[in-house]
Amino acid sequence: MTDTTRPPVTDWATDFDHTRPEYAESAPEIWEQLRNECPVAHTDRFGGAWLPVRHEDVAAIARDTEHFSSEGVIVNDFRPVDLAPIGYAPPITSDPPFHQVARRLLLPAFAPKQIDRWEPVARATCQELLDELLADGADVVDAAAQYAQHIPVRVIADMLGVPREDGDKFRTFIHRILEVPGSGGPGEIEYEDTLDYYLDEAVKERRANPRPGSDDLITYLIEADLDGEPLTDDHITGTIGLLIIAGIDTTWSAIGSSLWHLAQRPDHRRQLVEDPDVMVFAVEELLRAYAPVTMARIVAEGVTDAEIGGCPVKERDWVLLPFPAANLDPEAFEDADQVILDRQRNRHLAFGVGIHRCIGSNLARMELRVGIEEWMKRIPDFELAADDPDAVRWSTGQVRGPRELPIRLLSTNEVA
Amino acid sequence: MQLKLDSEACQGHGRCYSLAPDLFDSDDEGYAVLKVTGDVPDALHDAARLAADNCPEFAITIEE
Ligand code: HEM
Ligand code: SF4
Repeated sequence: MTDTTRPPVTDWATDFDHTRPEYAESAPEIWEQLRNECPVAHTDRFGGAWLPVRHEDVAAIARDTEHFSSEGVIVNDFRPVDLAPIGYAPPITSDPPFHQVARRLLLPAFAPKQIDRWEPVARATCQELLDELLADGADVVDAAAQYAQHIPVRVIADMLGVPREDGDKFRTFIHRILEVPGSGGPGEIEYEDTLDYYLDEAVKERRANPRPGSDDLITYLIEADLDGEPLTDDHITGTIGLLIIAGIDTTWSAIGSSLWHLAQRPDHRRQLVEDPDVMVFAVEELLRAYAPVTMARIVAEGVTDAEIGGCPVKERDWVLLPFPAANLDPEAFEDADQVILDRQRNRHLAFGVGIHRCIGSNLARMELRVGIEEWMKRIPDFELAADDPDAVRWSTGQVRGPRELPIRLLSTNEVA
Repeated sequence: MQLKLDSEACQGHGRCYSLAPDLFDSDDEGYAVLKVTGDVPDALHDAARLAADNCPEFAITIEE
């Protein structure tokens, strides 16, 4: 089933649908309306789902792993059955206590000092992309499709130790899983074209041709152990799949939204060029204002006393966690609707909150900072090519970002 | 001024050690480690407040 088969939404409070194009276009306005009228929205679609939009409620659910399970994190027509506490992609689909085991396995590889090593790779990637972008002298380019999209793909391919050309496949897998959840079921596509097949082959290949001493993540997982036992192949492929799914559209969206914002704000472009110290705050503020990721939970089996902001919910209901809506809540942020690049108090939830805090947050922040820095060096002045800022195409589903972003180049610099 | 870090609450968002690297460091898993014991030097008071004000988990508290 795809989004196009569901009817349009007429009432967001009682019949919302986050997979519809009208949600993609105007999510921030929908959240604001709900915040004022019905801060815990419901829909019978997807077999029953809730959409809380207040910061307080979103944070409380994310922290309450007893009532709200991560067994399902992408809302669709099919509920996962009997997958808790491990789930199909640990640790994002895992609940305590197993969650912590799977999480600790990955944390060291994504700690700040490890991620620092990848900054030169990210920088060189951005420079290559900008060289290509500017090579033929076009005055309008697509900052999403020709630039932002490729940065996380190339970096994660290098981190996994797979060919960068595989990136095109990654994007197809991700599109199926995130933008059209529930699609690509048995019979719809050949097994050879699935993410599962790709991952099985990648692990088989690495086992057949080990790379001792390599610092790539597939080797890392093959060599890792849990309490002295090697990981099962399912755990390894699930984890690599998660890194691909969780790391690409998300970061691409963050870079794209940031460039969309800067294209409309000459004052902010100037501020970044004139005061590089603002960058550490600007990255967080852009993540707050344009947080790409909405997660989900399922009310845990057997729970009878769960509620969201006073609304009782029943076991096995879906619950969306729109971190971007929480980040725009005026109860939690001063001038929440304004982008203030050097905002000093900013406890934003773009990377979630509680035990599932994004493992890739250091990597994502680095790619976002480097992606903006390199763009600004070569293209200090630019604007949206279309007069109407809404002409940009935003993705549908739980990851929000511009998928087509035509930008007119107003001034460019040669390579320094 | 004294700084307190609640390591149970810390989830490794890393806001503190990027905003106040003189006061916080990261361990091998990305969780925060406090670099000062006792009084925070005057010159670092602003940095300490910045770290506390940006921790999404409210894991950092200041006692003045
Ligand atoms: C701007 C980019 C990104 C955003 C906004 C983002 C957002 C998030 C959010 C909100 C969560 C919490 C999930 C929950 O509460 O259930 C999460 C978890 C996760 N993210 Fe990211 N992410 C980004 C980039 C990345 C990257 C680059 C990677 C790795 C390559 C990554 C890997 C993960 C993993 C493994 C988890 C699961 C953590 C756990 O369950 O313990 N993410 N991300
Ligand atoms: S900002 Fe808070 S949660 Fe993040 S590392 Fe520092 S203390 Fe931990």
